[in-house]
Amino acid sequence: MSSTNTIVQLPDQSTAQLPRKHYLNQEHTLKSWLLTGDHKRIAMLYLFSITFFFFIGGAFASLIRLQLLTPGSDLLAPDTYNKVFSMHGIVMIFLFLVPSVPATLGNFLIPIMIGAKDLAFPKINLLSWYLFIAGGLFILAAMILGGVDTGWTFTTPLSTHYLNTHVVTAALGIFIAGFASILTGLNFIVTIHRMRAPGMTWFRLPLFVWGHYAASILMVLGTPVLAITLVLVALERTIGIGVFDPTKGGDPLLFQHLFWFYSHPAVYIMILPGMAVISEVISTFSRKRVFGYTAVAFSSVAIAIFGFFVWAHHMFIMGISNYSALVFSLLTMLVAVPSAIKIFNWAATLYKGSITFETPMLYAFGFLGLFTIGGLTGVFLGSMGMDVHLTETYFIVAHFHFVMVGGMLMAYLAGLHFWWPKMTGRMYPESISKLAAVVTFIGFIFTFFPQFVLGYLGMPRRYASYPPEFQVLNVLSTAGASILAVGYLLPMLYMPWSLKYGKIAGNNPWQATGLEWQITSPPLTENFVETPIVDHEAYDYEWLANQTEHEVKTVG
Amino acid sequence: MDSPAIATGNGEVLAEAHAHPAHLRHHFETVEQQRDAASFGMWLFLLTEVMFFGGMFMAYLVYRNWYHPAFVAGCNTLNIWLGTINTVVLICSSLTMAMAVYSAEMRRKKSLITYLILTIVLGIAFLGIKSVEYAEKFELHHVPGASFSIEQFVHPTNPKAVALAPDMAEKTQVYFSLYFAMTGMHALHMIIGITILLILVVRAFGGAYTDGHMTTIENFGLYWHFVDIIWIFLFPLLYLISRYR
Repeated sequence: MSSTNTIVQLPDQSTAQLPRKHYLNQEHTLKSWLLTGDHKRIAMLYLFSITFFFFIGGAFASLIRLQLLTPGSDLLAPDTYNKVFSMHGIVMIFLFLVPSVPATLGNFLIPIMIGAKDLAFPKINLLSWYLFIAGGLFILAAMILGGVDTGWTFTTPLSTHYLNTHVVTAALGIFIAGFASILTGLNFIVTIHRMRAPGMTWFRLPLFVWGHYAASILMVLGTPVLAITLVLVALERTIGIGVFDPTKGGDPLLFQHLFWFYSHPAVYIMILPGMAVISEVISTFSRKRVFGYTAVAFSSVAIAIFGFFVWAHHMFIMGISNYSALVFSLLTMLVAVPSAIKIFNWAATLYKGSITFETPMLYAFGFLGLFTIGGLTGVFLGSMGMDVHLTETYFIVAHFHFVMVGGMLMAYLAGLHFWWPKMTGRMYPESISKLAAVVTFIGFIFTFFPQFVLGYLGMPRRYASYPPEFQVLNVLSTAGASILAVGYLLPMLYMPWSLKYGKIAGNNPWQATGLEWQITSPPLTENFVETPIVDHEAYDYEWLANQTEHEVKTVG
Repeated sequence: MDSPAIATGNGEVLAEAHAHPAHLRHHFETVEQQRDAASFGMWLFLLTEVMFFGGMFMAYLVYRNWYHPAFVAGCNTLNIWLGTINTVVLICSSLTMAMAVYSAEMRRKKSLITYLILTIVLGIAFLGIKSVEYAEKFELHHVPGASFSIEQFVHPTNPKAVALAPDMAEKTQVYFSLYFAMTGMHALHMIIGITILLILVVRAFGGAYTDGHMTTIENFGLYWHFVDIIWIFLFPLLYLISRYR
C-alpha cells in the first residue's frame, strides 16, 4: 500500500463523541486556571491574552491607515501619529508576533508531539505567562499615560535625550515580556532534549518541533541582549550614564548593533514557528511525508544560525564601514538559501499529493505565496545599492508585513484552525472559515502590495502626511485594510461560536499522523494514559492506515 | 520546583495511575530525568546570563580601544585594595557555597545551614564594601550624569597621574558609565542571590535538601558561582588596566 492512496476520505464525524473527562472540564474554578501547571491550559491563557493584544495592535493599525487616507494630517496630529505607529509596532511585535505560535500552539503541542506529559518546567511555564501579562500591562500603562513615540526601535539618542514620552515604562514592559520569551524558549529546549518518549529519536520528531527548537535557540541567546540594551537606555534616561550618548563619548551606533543583534534574529523567532506549522499542514492535506524531511529540519537550524550574523543590514545607511556592509550583505543573501529549501520542499511535497482544500490548507497556500514575495523582496533589501534607495520607505514596510502578516499571521491562523479540533474538541464552521481565509488573502494583497510601489516611488515611512500624488495607492491600501479587518474579525466570531455549536471533531478529524492526533480531543490533563512507544517515522501515512485498519489504538 | 500543590489538579487521576517516589514530579518518568532536566535548564539560563552581560562586555571592548587613556585614568581612581578584598570575599563565598552543596550531598543539615549563612554573610560583606566604593565615587563626582566632573582628570592632584586633555577627560564618563552599569548589574544579581539564599536557609531548617533531594541547592550553587565568575572578569577589566607602575 503506497502512502499516496491510503486516505482520501475523512472519517465519519457524526458518531464522534467528546471524551468524558479532559483538560478543560477537569476543574472549573478560576483558580484552577490561574494556578495551573498544565501546558494546555497555559496555552489557552496565552491564546486569550495574545488575541486581546492583537486587537489593540490592530486598532492602532486602523488608525494609521485612516490617517493615511488623505495626504494631510487630518485625523491625528503628527506627534499623535508617531505614538500610534510606535504602539502598533511594540504591541504587535512583542505582545503578539513573538509569543503567537510558540506560546499557544507550541505550548499546547510540543509535549504531546514528543510523547510527554508536560513541559519540563510547568511552573516556569506559568511564570512566563504572568511575566508576559506584566510586560503587557506596563506597555498598556505607557500607552494610557500618554504614549511613547520612538517607534518600536527605540533609536538613540532620540529615545534617550529628545523625547519626553514614556520610554522607560515601555522599555520596562518589553524587558519583562522578553523574560517570558526567554523562559518559553528555555522550557522548549529542555523539554525537547530530555522529555522525548521512548523511540522518539531526533529524526522522528515532527518538523513542528524542529522549527520550535530553532526558534527557542534564538529566544534564549538573543533576548538577553535586547534586555541589557533596554536597561542601558533606561539608565541613560534616568541617571544619565553615557554609553550611547555622543556628547559624553558614547556611540549611538553601538545601540543599533546591540538592538539589531536581537531584533533581527527576532524576525526568525517570529517566522520559524510559522514555518513549523506550515510543514504539518501541508503534509497532512497532501497525505504525503514532507519531501526532504532532513533538509527541512536542518534548514530551520541553519536559519537560526545565519540569522545571528546578518543584523547590520539594518544599518547600511547609518555609517558602518563599507567592508562590513559588504560582508553583512553577503550573509543576508545566505539566509535566502535555507528559506528557499523550505519553500521548494513544500512545493515538492504537494507534487503528486492527494491535496484537499480545507481551511488550514487555504491559509497555508496564502503563506506560501505571500512569504515567497516577502522573502524575495528581502533579498532586494539585502543588496546594498537597492537598500540605500529603498530603506526607510514603504518598500520596507511592505516587505516585513509580507513576511510577518502574510507569512506569520497566515501560518498562525492555519495552525489555529488545524489544531482547533484538538484544542477544543469541536470543529470550526467549514464554509465561513474558508471565506475568511480567502478574504484575508485578498485584503492582504490590496493592503500591502500598493506599499511596495509607494516605497519604490519614494514615500518614506513614519510620516503623518505625504505628497498628494501618492494618494491613489494609499486609498487602495486603506481599502484593502478594511477588507483585511473583516478577514480577522470573522474567526473572532465563529471560533467562540464553535465552542458550543461546532460539530464534535473526534480524535483525528484530518487523519494526520502526529502523536497529538492519536489521543482524545480535547486531550486528558496528562495527555497520555500510558507513555507511547514510537516505532515509526514522522508523517508515516502507511502506519496510520494500518492502525486504522486493525482498529488498534496505541493510546487513550 | 518541589511543592507539588500547584501544578497538579490531576492528583486523583495520578494516584490511580501509578505511585512514584517523593519529589518526583508527575510528568517525569524517573528521578534522573527530572534532575537532568533541572540542571540542563539551569545551564541554559546561565547561557542567557552570559549573553546579558555580553552586551556590556561588548561595549567595554569597543570603548576601551577608542578611549584607552581615559580608561586608564578612570581605572587609577578606583580603590584597588577594596577591589582585591572584595574579590577574596567573593571567592570565599563560592567556597562556602560549594561546601553547602557538599553538606547537602552528605545529608548534614547543621553544616548545610552554617555554610548557607556564611555565604549570605560574605555576600552582604561584598555588597557593603561595594557601597563604600560607590560612596567614594559620589564624593569625587565620578558618578555619570549632571554632577560628573572631569576636573580631577584634567588637573590631577595625584603626582603619579597623567593629565588628560579635556577632550579625552570627557571620555572618562564612558568608563564610569560602564563601571556603574556592569558592577551595578552584578550587584543586582548578588542581591537576588542573597534573597534566594535566605529562602533556602528557611527551607533547610525545615529539613529540605538533606533528604537526598538536593537539585535546588546544586542549581543555586551554579548560579552563585556564575555571579562570582562575572566578578572575576570585571575585576581585572575595571581595576587592573595599566595601573601606575
